[in-house]
Amino acid sequence: MAEEKMTKKKMSKASKNAFLNYGIVLAFFVIFQVLSSTGILSNSLKGQLIPVVSYMIMAVSLNLVVGISGELSLGHAGFMSIGAFTGVVVEAVILSNSPAAATLSKNLGLQILILVASIVAGAIIAGVAGVLIGIPVLRLNGDYLAIVTLAFGEIIKNLLYCLYIYIDDTGLHFSLDPTSLAGTTVLNGPMGATSIKKISIFAAGIVLLLVVLVIVQNLVNSRSGRAIMAIRDNRIAAEASGLHITKYKMMAFVTSSALAGAAGALYALNYSTIVPKKFDFNTSILILVFVVLGGIGNMTGALIAAAVLTVLPEMLRDFQDYRMLVYAIVLILVMLLTNNERVKVFLAGLFNKKKSKDDAKEVA
Amino acid sequence: MMSDNNEKKTASESNIVNLPSDTFINKRDMDKPLVLETRHLGIDFGGLTAVDEFNIGVGATEIMGLIGPNGAGKTTIFNLLTKVYQPTRGTILLCGKDTHGMTPAAVNEAGIARTFQNIRLFDKLTVEENVKIGLHNHINYSMASGIFRLPSYWKEEKKAHEKALELLDIFGMADQADVPADSLPYGAQRRLEIVRALATEPKILLLDEPAAGMNPSETDELMANIRKIRDEFGIAVMLIEHDMKLVMGICETIAVLNFGRIIAKGTPVEIQNNPQVIEAYLGSKKDE
Repeated sequence: MAEEKMTKKKMSKASKNAFLNYGIVLAFFVIFQVLSSTGILSNSLKGQLIPVVSYMIMAVSLNLVVGISGELSLGHAGFMSIGAFTGVVVEAVILSNSPAAATLSKNLGLQILILVASIVAGAIIAGVAGVLIGIPVLRLNGDYLAIVTLAFGEIIKNLLYCLYIYIDDTGLHFSLDPTSLAGTTVLNGPMGATSIKKISIFAAGIVLLLVVLVIVQNLVNSRSGRAIMAIRDNRIAAEASGLHITKYKMMAFVTSSALAGAAGALYALNYSTIVPKKFDFNTSILILVFVVLGGIGNMTGALIAAAVLTVLPEMLRDFQDYRMLVYAIVLILVMLLTNNERVKVFLAGLFNKKKSKDDAKEVA
Repeated sequence: MMSDNNEKKTASESNIVNLPSDTFINKRDMDKPLVLETRHLGIDFGGLTAVDEFNIGVGATEIMGLIGPNGAGKTTIFNLLTKVYQPTRGTILLCGKDTHGMTPAAVNEAGIARTFQNIRLFDKLTVEENVKIGLHNHINYSMASGIFRLPSYWKEEKKAHEKALELLDIFGMADQADVPADSLPYGAQRRLEIVRALATEPKILLLDEPAAGMNPSETDELMANIRKIRDEFGIAVMLIEHDMKLVMGICETIAVLNFGRIIAKGTPVEIQNNPQVIEAYLGSKKDE
């Protein structure tokens, strides 16, 4: 009897956090949907909604590598980039073969269909890239993943700089030669993709974010997630307990890169033009900042940090000259506060109070 | 009480037989294959020979002690047996099967589980989750059923939860199942390591200084628990320990190591009276 009670209590505790995150996302959706439909939201902020959701997905997926698996990845934007341009290509291919393309803006069903196809393709290709990087690197111990992913991000960017993709009567063509461009240009080297049909929808982004949260949180709270965290906490003991290290590191890394690819596709299809430079080292660091600021391994924190730090620069646009200054100060303050013992004790006290109140209620 | 102990000791010692291969095992294990056997096992670190000519055999349900002065190479032997180090020379046979080229994870699956001298728990996981890591290879559902919460997830997790609590109960720790492992007191952390190792369903359990940092009453309890584990699970136990009361109290056979070599093997009484062992521990008499 007592055992049964304990099980229930524990399960609710583990899933409480997960449901809190779903709740936050849904509340975020409702608030901004209402704000934008009532016209309170400025146009520039409205344009930020889908990027915010994309960055939230990026933060959650990077958290899987950095927080749960304990490895440092400095090239997460590279996977986003792969997803983004895969998504763009998939969209262009479908539209070039579809007679309904002309009425795309009125055909919501077709939009969603293309969006889903692009996101899935972006996730798959980015996942494959994750496998290719993970196989050699994740066998090693130490900071190698950080070094290799750092290089990977740059390689992807430079590769896209000299990649030209076009569609003509004979189909889809990849080329390294700019003079060979013919028919409809999909990707024009450093100029990026310039004729994207904007099909990303805020609601679809929220659904994707929820799906990503379900995948990541359920993975973490399962047998595999437990193994991933055990390897993070103590590699030698994990091996001695019969865990195959590389397998579980790969699982976390590949899942994370595939989800980043999905976020990339969502992000790219929100713009009419997107350049490879968008996904450079700075973007990778920005995503890492979301994770670190939100508290490594803390999904709720990552979500909030991603939302605030994406919107904050936009909100500070009026103070153009001081924008980066305020941004930097906010970062420093948060770092200081979250690492301050007194603040921690204070927050822990708050939580405990709440807890004891809950317990009192339960007893009553 | 005292005489009772002595009686037990003499009774158990008369049961130890010396096989032609110079292996001491208990009579009750005579008709079963050795669970662990090493032949000419050795490892060099650069020019330093850390372990050499290490030959032992462990009976199926034997409690064996590995003792020796600091730096004798005891933990190195555990690291060789669990493949943290790959041996330079020699073979390790686990139930007659050569473990050559296996990874630490594969050796664990084959049946060797261990604890560590400096405790290695999964600090951020709860006590129960630590045990579930031990159970990991006995929980059968895929990554996909975990993500999509298919019926097999619920069934297997429930089973694992019950099994974990049952194992924790051996050491009376079931009520601490939800506590983070790093907030446990020292002695409890040592016990949790043993439970985690047991959860992997080993054929032989290697304990590296299980009583380190424990007070005498805790040590007594540990001795009783090690015997209980051996009897209930029917497995062999090999332990490194400096606490001679524990070693002489529960070990049926003992191997003494000095400078990487075995200097004596035998029953506790034989070891206690062995001049070489006394010399290794206390130094030799010098004629002046």
